[in-house]
Amino acid sequence: MSLAVLLGALINLNGSGRYIHWGFIQISVANFIVIILMVIVFVLAILLPFPRRKGGGQ
Amino acid sequence: MAFPPDRLLPDRQPAYMSSWIYVFGVLTVVSLAWVIITGCVLAIMGPSWWHVSTAGHFVNSLHLWSVEAFFFFMVIHLWGKFFMAAWRGNRRLTWATGVVSFLASVGAAFTGYLSQQNFDSQWISTQAKDGINATGAGAVWNVLNFGQMLMWHIVLLPIVVALIVGLHVLLVRRRGIVPPFELTSDGEGDRETAPERDSA
Repeated sequence: MSLAVLLGALINLNGSGRYIHWGFIQISVANFIVIILMVIVFVLAILLPFPRRKGGGQ
Repeated sequence: MAFPPDRLLPDRQPAYMSSWIYVFGVLTVVSLAWVIITGCVLAIMGPSWWHVSTAGHFVNSLHLWSVEAFFFFMVIHLWGKFFMAAWRGNRRLTWATGVVSFLASVGAAFTGYLSQQNFDSQWISTQAKDGINATGAGAVWNVLNFGQMLMWHIVLLPIVVALIVGLHVLLVRRRGIVPPFELTSDGEGDRETAPERDSA
């Protein structure tokens, strides 16, 4: 089994899309996950220390 | 000289730039470069290649995922710059070109969806036509016209995005990175007055 088939089997993308319905808000699960990932990366980018060269700036 | 070499390609930046939030602009530019490179390959080889062959599928997927990365990084870049109020210190044009390039990129991505030549593009175009027609733009911009949408996607909008992003980067080099609020309340402490320290 190729790696592509193995990875592709983890999430079946061939079916119809799944959606979240919350009042008048409707968003696909895929888009919702991407937005959550962006928020997580944004927070990590602010909190995680940036590597510095030894003896470098302040 | 507006752009001496040390300003176009500086090897030192202010110390306040040593944060991960400052890397998302260049990540966006790198993603855009991959979008353009893979798009050129797709244009050279044609739809009978990207729809059928394994290599075509691969480059087609690279084109899609580089667009996904482009918007992912660009939105985080936007959030970061918004909360920095990056338009301070005579950087209004830098901010404005970023906004316009974002809007042009949305148009480029949308026409890309319409250029897929599959049921997805048919669904999106038929869903979009009523909204576009309601604005009146449908008289000259017909989302059901595949040839027109393809030309916008591979000629007009890429030129607009590339030109505005190029201007945006030049303005960043010209005006410098906006200082944090702690250093200046109005952002006037640009690269001439801000502390230049080795941030590497």
